[in-house]
Amino acid sequence: MSLILFIEQMLNGVQFGVMLFLMAAGLTLIFGVMGLINLAHGSLYMIGAFAAAWVAGMSGSFVLALIASLAAAAAAGALIELMVIRRLYDRDHLDQVLATFALILIFSEGTRWLFGSFPLFLEIPPYLSGPVTLPGGIEYPLYRLAIIGVGLLVAAGLFALIARTRIGIQIRAGEADREMIAALGVNISALYTIVFALGAALAGLAGALIGAIQSVQVGMGEPVLILAFVVIVIGGIGSIKGALVGAILVGLTDTLGRVLLPAVFAQFMAPQAASSVGSSLASMSIYILMAGVLVMRPSGLFGKA
Amino acid sequence: MRREPLLNAAVFLGLLAVVLWARATDEPFTITLATRVAILALAGVGLNLALGLGGLVSLGHAVFFGIGGYAMGILASHAQSYSPLIEWPVLIEGTKSMPVIWLVAMAASGLAALGIGALSLRTSGVYFIMITLAFGQMFYYFAISWPAYGGEDGLSIYVRNGFPGLNTLDPIQFFAICYVILGLALWLFSRLSRSAFGLALGAARQNGERVMAVGIAPYRLRLVAFALSGVITGLAGALFADLNRFVSPTMFSWQTSGEIMVFVILGGVARLFGPVVGAAVFILLEHVLGGLSEFWHIYLGAVLLVVVLFARGGIIGLIAGREVRHD
Repeated sequence: MSLILFIEQMLNGVQFGVMLFLMAAGLTLIFGVMGLINLAHGSLYMIGAFAAAWVAGMSGSFVLALIASLAAAAAAGALIELMVIRRLYDRDHLDQVLATFALILIFSEGTRWLFGSFPLFLEIPPYLSGPVTLPGGIEYPLYRLAIIGVGLLVAAGLFALIARTRIGIQIRAGEADREMIAALGVNISALYTIVFALGAALAGLAGALIGAIQSVQVGMGEPVLILAFVVIVIGGIGSIKGALVGAILVGLTDTLGRVLLPAVFAQFMAPQAASSVGSSLASMSIYILMAGVLVMRPSGLFGKA
Repeated sequence: MRREPLLNAAVFLGLLAVVLWARATDEPFTITLATRVAILALAGVGLNLALGLGGLVSLGHAVFFGIGGYAMGILASHAQSYSPLIEWPVLIEGTKSMPVIWLVAMAASGLAALGIGALSLRTSGVYFIMITLAFGQMFYYFAISWPAYGGEDGLSIYVRNGFPGLNTLDPIQFFAICYVILGLALWLFSRLSRSAFGLALGAARQNGERVMAVGIAPYRLRLVAFALSGVITGLAGALFADLNRFVSPTMFSWQTSGEIMVFVILGGVARLFGPVVGAAVFILLEHVLGGLSEFWHIYLGAVLLVVVLFARGGIIGLIAGREVRHD
C-alpha cells in the first residue's frame, strides 16, 4: 500500500470522525445535562439533510441550504422537546427509549409521506468541488477537507461555549446539580430546550454536510445514530472531549479497517476469501474496539466512574 | 390484580378461538397472522425475562432472533442442497428436522447471549442500552457482509422443515406447534418469576446494593437471566424463519429489536401476558392501519407515544389495574 493512499484514507477517517462528532456532541450533551437517551437524534440528522436538499433545490444556494438545515433541525428539536421530551426527563430510560423510538417512526414515515421514497440529491457547490493538491503531491477532494474544517471549527466553538460563556456555565452546573441551579434562579426548562435545540442543530448540520456526499433519504439517520452511540460509549457519556476523541477513533478505525484488513488477510489467504473475511471483520471492527474499551474502562475513556 | 389471571386466560384462549374460527371459515391467512402473533409473542416473552424481571433494557435482542433464524436457514439450506455443513474434524450434515434445528438455535443464541451479556453487564443504565444496540448492529453488518449465506439477499428455504408426526405445511398444525411452545414458555416464565431465582433477580432490579449485602451476586443472576432470555428469543427466531421460509439480515436489524421491545411495553412490562397482548395488538394495528394507509407507521408511532406517556403499565395495566410495585 502506498503512503499517498494511506494518507488519503487517514483524511477520510478524520472527515468521517468529525461528522460523527457533530452527532455525538449533541447526544452526549443532552444525556449529560438532561439524563435523556434520545434515539430520535438520527431523525434530526435526516431533517437537516432534507431541509438542505429542499432549499438547495429551490434556491440553488449551498449556504442558504446549510442555514436551512440548522434552522429546521433546531426548530424540530425545540418542538419535540416542548411537546414530548420534557415529559420524559423524570422517567426511566426504558420509557425514553420507547417514546423516542415512536418519534423515529413518526418522523421517518412523515418524511416519506412529504418527499416520497426516492432519494434526493444535494449538489456540492462549484467553489467547493474538485480536488486540491496537498503538500507532498496528494490530491484530495476540497469538499471533504472543508467538512473537516467546519467540524473542527464547530468543535472549537462548542468547547468555547461550554468553557467561556454564561450559558456554558449554566450547562455545566445543570450537569452537576439541577435542583441547585434551579434554586439559584436559572430557568431550567428554557435551558433544557436550548440545549436540546443546540444538539439538534448540530445533528442537522451534519446531515446537510453528509447529504452532499451521499444521497438524502429516509432512514439515513439511524446507522449514523448508532455509530454516534458507539462514539459516546467509547468516549464516556456526558463528555464532549470524550465525544471528540471517540469520534476520531471510530472514524479512523472504520475507514482504515475497511482498507487495511482485506490487504492484511491477502498476505496469507486466497484473494477471494481474504476480501470476504477482511470486509466482514472490518464491518465489525468498531464494535470490537468498543468492546475492548469497555473491558478496560466500563464507563468510557473520559467518563465519570 | 384479580382481573389479570382472567384476562390472561381470555387472551390465551382467544388466540386459539380465532384460529379455530378461521379454520372453520377456511381463512388460512388469518391462521398465518395468528401464528405470527404466537411467534412474536414468544420473542417478547424472551425479552420480558431480561427486561421485565431483570430490568435489563436490551435494545439488541434482534441478535438472538436473527441467530435463531440463521440457525434454521443454514441447517435447512445445507440439507436442501445435500452439502455437508462441516466435513472436518467431524462430518456434520444439514437437517430439515425442527426439533434439531430448535436445539441448535437455542444453543447458539444462548452462547451468544452469554458472551454479549458477560461484556454488556459490566455496565448499566444507558451504557447497557447503547452497547446491546451496538452488538445488534455488529451482527447485522456481519450478516450483510458475509457472502456464504446469501449476504444482503438472505436465504430462501423451499419447503418448511418437518416435525415428526405432523404435517407442518398445514397452517393449523404449524400454528399448533408455535402455540404449544408459547404456552410452555409462558409457564416457564411464571414459574421463574416466582422461584428463588426470579425473586432474587427482581430484588437485584430494585436495589442491587441490598442484594449484594445479603450475599447474592447480581451480575451472575443477570447473566443467567440474559442468557435464558436469549435462548427463548432465539427459538422464536427459528420458528419465525420457518414461518416465512426465509431469513435475511433484517432479522438482525435494530428495528427488529425495537419492535420486540414494543410488544413487551405495549402489553405491559413484567406482566406474564404482556408480550402476547402486545404482539397481538401490534399485528392487528399493522393489519388494520396498513390497510388504511401506506404510512401506517405514523399512527403506530402515535399510539406508542400515547401508551408511553399516558398509559404506564401498558394495555394489561389499563384493563387489569396497576400492580402494586415496590420500586
